[in-house]
Amino acid sequence: MFNKKHLVLLASAGSITLAGMSTAQADTLEDTMERGAVQCGVSDGLPGFSAPDDDGNWQGIDVDVCRAVAAAVLGDSEAVNYISLNAVERFTALQSGEVDVLSRNTTWTTTRDTTLGLNFTGVTFYDGQGFMVPSDLGITSVDELDGASICIQSGTTTELNLADYFRANDMEFNPIVFDTSEQTVGGYQAGRCDVLTSDTSQLAALRIQLSDPSTSMILSDVISKEPLGPVVRQGDDTWFNIVKWSLFAMLNAEELGINSDNVDEMLESENPNIARLLGQDGNYGEGMNLEADWAYNIISQVGNYGQSFDRNVGMGSPLEIERGINKLWTEGGLQYAPPIR
Amino acid sequence: MIHNKDMIPEQPAPKGTIGPIGWLRGNLFNGPINSLFTLLGLYVLYLLLVPTIQWAFINADWIGDSREDCSRVGACWVFVNARFSQFIYGLYPSEEYWRANIVFAMFAGIIAWMVIPRLPFKRWMTVFALLGFPVAAYVLLHGGYFDLPRVPTHRWGGLMLTLLLASVGMIGALPIGIVLALGRRSNMPIVRTFCVIFIEFWRGVPLITILFMASVMLPLFLPSEINIDRLIRALIGLTLFQSAYMAEVIRGGLQAIPKGQDEAAAALGMTYWKRMGLIIMPQALKMMIPGIVNTFISLFKDTTLVMIIGLFDLLGIVQAALSDSRWLGFSIEGYVFAAFVFWIFCFSMSRYSQYLERKLNTGHKQ
Repeated sequence: MFNKKHLVLLASAGSITLAGMSTAQADTLEDTMERGAVQCGVSDGLPGFSAPDDDGNWQGIDVDVCRAVAAAVLGDSEAVNYISLNAVERFTALQSGEVDVLSRNTTWTTTRDTTLGLNFTGVTFYDGQGFMVPSDLGITSVDELDGASICIQSGTTTELNLADYFRANDMEFNPIVFDTSEQTVGGYQAGRCDVLTSDTSQLAALRIQLSDPSTSMILSDVISKEPLGPVVRQGDDTWFNIVKWSLFAMLNAEELGINSDNVDEMLESENPNIARLLGQDGNYGEGMNLEADWAYNIISQVGNYGQSFDRNVGMGSPLEIERGINKLWTEGGLQYAPPIR
Repeated sequence: MIHNKDMIPEQPAPKGTIGPIGWLRGNLFNGPINSLFTLLGLYVLYLLLVPTIQWAFINADWIGDSREDCSRVGACWVFVNARFSQFIYGLYPSEEYWRANIVFAMFAGIIAWMVIPRLPFKRWMTVFALLGFPVAAYVLLHGGYFDLPRVPTHRWGGLMLTLLLASVGMIGALPIGIVLALGRRSNMPIVRTFCVIFIEFWRGVPLITILFMASVMLPLFLPSEINIDRLIRALIGLTLFQSAYMAEVIRGGLQAIPKGQDEAAAALGMTYWKRMGLIIMPQALKMMIPGIVNTFISLFKDTTLVMIIGLFDLLGIVQAALSDSRWLGFSIEGYVFAAFVFWIFCFSMSRYSQYLERKLNTGHKQ
């Protein structure tokens, strides 16, 4: 087995040396216009986030970020080249210019944001470590898990988070460690443990794989912060702004009640916020060298944030993840976008 | 004196010693211990086969287009069915499948032509296979010429990519391997040292490391304007890696040819290349068939490692399909399908090599 940790270090070291050079890199927007497609780095298959569907089209909440950028820049959400990357090579691919947007369920951390020559443009999904328990145990909160045996996948931060949380709360647990997610689910199903822990976005995908998903439930508590978001190279602020505001446009659209179905009616709306977002009052794309209808293109072709969430990971998808903290701020969640003004 | 004038007529062999019963008696039930083991073996076979057949055929679901069409009691071949074209062509645009089909047909045609002994013009076919076919395949698959829309390599995948990687690897590794093997046995110190270092370097590094170097480190060393396609990077890495192994297989064959052969050829006034091309190589390559095919089969299976650098070969595309949230939990079906396809290809290669050995057998076989 190769040592992933060393490769990451090595790759990171390489990226740091390259980070200095990247400022000299050409204009990403211009290159994208010339190419006619956004170079987008996605995962090599993660349920609900990025995976090819039966017809070979990439689908997922991470994929929608790239489609939104393509809609804003080129007016066509299909003008994207998807390049699948594994966890180790994702930052190198961004640094070397192989991809221009990295939208691959990447957790926003200090190290990544400050030492790799990268910029996180926002949060598409507030993830966190959660727990899946059999429904008939009657457990409703993490605090009732004292003394439980817990199935974990090895080599992930999940293991550390779990130990930290239980120690901090003076509780005991018995870890049962597996190598792959399939084995973890198998162990849970065979009754090797009472509880299964992983990031909540993964738990939903694991739950579907049980022979009878209705016998298990996912607790609403989370014990860690995993904000996932798109990443761009440092040193090209125009591009950074485009990716950042593409996501904000989707969030603002949901907040203002605009979706892909009613966006054409909304063009006539009297609401000044809506008129500004859809380019009917002033050109707010100008500062990013985009056309005035940049946000209109995003909403009509990709939809608003809520639609994307629902279609890919929410109730409209097999994963059926609750909006939870990913609700808009107006509904008690964390998703908050600065106004278009 | 008792005397029988008539010959006793020919009698059939005793019933118990011929036919299926005789075979059974002779091979499976010739003694109490063997009988016991036979029965035990049959029982184990029964235990294994019955659930497998039930899962794979009797309880399996074949028709439908979503997970709701599967009862989950047996195998859900609906999944493989729905994704079949993706497993074959990867993410290649479906309206361009005909281009891949032509390449597949040409590939199959060339192989059939080479394998069937009666067909003429073998030499020209070889030249076409080595020079014409790769160019034609590239033009067709990649496009950008003759009004064919361009299909970037990151959309190639599935069995198509697996076959592409394997055949480029094989076609590339054999000649490089021969040159390296000859170089390693050469009397010229610089050539020999270079070949030794090359072979030992590539043999000393795991393939996974080479692929990682090619995909993660290489882009960092190269200036940012130069962006070598990741498929090309993988192909170069794979070919060089396999050529080092091939070189050692061929060197083994060369060493088995008695020195007298070379000396006799030299005594006839043959040059080095004539000696190698007409005397040594034809004998050596024949002996090396099992070793070469072994390397080819392992190369064919090694191509699955490109999955870790984000290329969707057959196994990679199966795994990607497994992470579609509409098809979660069908990993066994996916992996069984991939294993079956790999088995077909590897087994055919192995059978062909056995046939070739028999055909080229000139009586040296012991």
